[in-house]
Amino acid sequence: MSATTAPETAPPAPPPAAPAGVRKAARRKKLVPYWLLFPGILWLVIFFAAPLVYQASTSVQTGSLEEGFKVTWHFQTYWDALTEYYPQFLRSVMYAATATVLCLLLGYPLAYLIAFRAGRWRNLVMILVIAPFFTSFLIRTLAWKTILSDSGPVVGVLNSLHILDVTSQLGLTEGERVLATPLAVVCGLTYNFLPFMILPLYSSLERIDGRLHEAAGDLYAKPFTIFRKVTFPLSMPGVVAGTLLTFIPAAGDYINAELLGSTDQKMVGNVIQSQFLRVLDYPTAAALSFILMAAILGMVTVYIRKSGTEDLV
Amino acid sequence: MALTRWIRRNLVVIAGLGTLAYLILPNVVVLIFSFNKPNGRFNYEWQRFSTDAWTDPCGVADLCGSLSLSLKIAVWATIGATVLGTMIAFALARYRFRARPAVNSLIFLPMAMPEVVMAASLATLFLNMGVDFGFWTILIAHIMFCLSFVVTAVKARVMSMDPRLEQAAQDLYASPAQTFLRVTLPIAAPGIAAGALLSFALSFDDFIITNFNAGSTVTFPMFVWGSAQRGTPVQINVIGTAMFAIAVLCVLAGQLAGTRRKRS
Repeated sequence: MSATTAPETAPPAPPPAAPAGVRKAARRKKLVPYWLLFPGILWLVIFFAAPLVYQASTSVQTGSLEEGFKVTWHFQTYWDALTEYYPQFLRSVMYAATATVLCLLLGYPLAYLIAFRAGRWRNLVMILVIAPFFTSFLIRTLAWKTILSDSGPVVGVLNSLHILDVTSQLGLTEGERVLATPLAVVCGLTYNFLPFMILPLYSSLERIDGRLHEAAGDLYAKPFTIFRKVTFPLSMPGVVAGTLLTFIPAAGDYINAELLGSTDQKMVGNVIQSQFLRVLDYPTAAALSFILMAAILGMVTVYIRKSGTEDLV
Repeated sequence: MALTRWIRRNLVVIAGLGTLAYLILPNVVVLIFSFNKPNGRFNYEWQRFSTDAWTDPCGVADLCGSLSLSLKIAVWATIGATVLGTMIAFALARYRFRARPAVNSLIFLPMAMPEVVMAASLATLFLNMGVDFGFWTILIAHIMFCLSFVVTAVKARVMSMDPRLEQAAQDLYASPAQTFLRVTLPIAAPGIAAGALLSFALSFDDFIITNFNAGSTVTFPMFVWGSAQRGTPVQINVIGTAMFAIAVLCVLAGQLAGTRRKRS
C-alpha cells in the first residue's frame, strides 16, 4: 500500500574486485535476485500484464459470441462506448470524488485523534477502526439498507429536521427516501473506503514530531494556525496516499451502486459488469475498462503533479 | 458558555468519535439483526427476537459450503502469495539489478488499478484460452492481486533491517543458510506475517475479481451477493458477527502477547 512512500535505501557498496577464482561464484551470485524474482514475476506477467494486453486487443475486435470475435481494429467501439455511457463515467467520477472528499473530512479528525489525543486508548481505537473490516464488506453494505430504510430512524430524523427537503431540491435524494438515491450510494462508498483514508493519514500524522507543535505554540500561533501551517502540510503524504487509495477503487466500484442505488445511479463498474457477464459484449466491456483506466491514470498523474508530492514522498 | 468552550476545545475528539461511530454502526446493526426473526425473505426490518439463526448457522443451503470454499481459497492464496511475494521482496530489498525499476512498477500497478479492470482482463484471457472457470481460476486471480501487498509489506520490513546484524552472524562463522534461518527470517517475520494476514483478509472478502472469474462456483461473498437479490437469511448476520468477534479476539490476543513480550 505504501509503495509510493517506501523509502529506497542506498545500494549496498559494490564488493571489492575479486580474484579470478572467485569470479565464477560472484557471477552465480549475480543471478540470485533473478531466481528469487522469477516465479512471482512470471505469475504477474501471465495473469496481470498479459491479460491487459489481451484486453486491449479484445477492445478492437468485432463479432459475436456464436461466430467468434476477430481483430478488426474497430476503434469505433471506444467512441460508441463513450457516447453511450458518458453519464455513467461522469457519475463514477463525481461519486468517487465526493466520497473521497467526505472520507478526508471524516477521516482526518479520527486519524488526528488516534495520533495525538488518544493516549492510552490508542490501541483500542485502532482496533475499532480495523475490526469492522473483518465483517465481510458485502454484509456491512447490506446493513446500510437497514439503516437507511424508508421507515428507519435515519430517514425519520432527517425528515423531521426537513433536511430531506433540502437534499431533494439538490437532487441528492428523492421525496422522503434515502435508499436508491445518490445520497445512499455516496454514503456507502464513503463508508467502504474510509479505512483506506484513515490508515495512511494516521501513519503520516504519527511521524510528526510533537515538539513542532510546541514550538509553533511558543511562537504565539493559534491552534488553527498550527494546524494550517504545521500539521496539515506535514501530513500531505498521507493525504495524497489516502485520496488515491479511496478514489481509485471507488471510481471502479459497482457494489454500492448496485446494492444501495437504483438503475438511475449506475456507475461505470456496473456497465462493465453487465456488458461482460450478462450482455456478453466483450469488446465493449474491454473498451470501457480501458477508458476507465486511462481516465484514472490521467487524473492521478495531474493530481500528484498538483499536490507536489514528488518531492514530499 | 462553558459548554461551548468545552465543545470547541474537544472538537477533534468529538468529530473523531463521530467518525468511529459511523464506522462501527453497520457492525452493530449486523449484530442486532442476527437475533431477528424476519417476516419473509429479507432481513431488513426488525420483527421479533430469536436465537434460531445462532443455534443453526448452517441451516441455509449452500451457505456453509461457500464459507468453507472461501476459507480454502483464502488459505491457498495466502500461502501462494506469501511465498512468491516474500521472494520478490527479498530480491528488491537486497539486490541491485537492472530490471529493478520495471519490477517495482509491475508490483505497484495491480494496487493502483481499479479491480473491475483487472477482473475483466483476466476473465477475457481465461475465456479465450478455453479454461474452465472455477476453483483454480479463482485461486490464480487471488494470488495475483495479493502478491503486491505481500511484497510491499515484506519489503518495508527488510529495508528497515540493519544489515550489520547479518554481517555479525557471518563474522561468527554462520553459513549463509544459518544466517538466513537464524537472523534474517526471524527479523523479517513480522512483515511476512502482516503480508500473509492481509492476503487472507483480501482473498476471503474479495467479490469483484471473484465475480468475473468464478463461473458457477460460489464463494462466501458471492453467496451474500446472490442472497441480496433472492432474500437474505439471518445466518449471514450470524457469520458476519462471528467473523467480527474472531478478528477482535485475535487482535487482542496479539496485542496481549506483544505487551507481555515487551515486559519480559
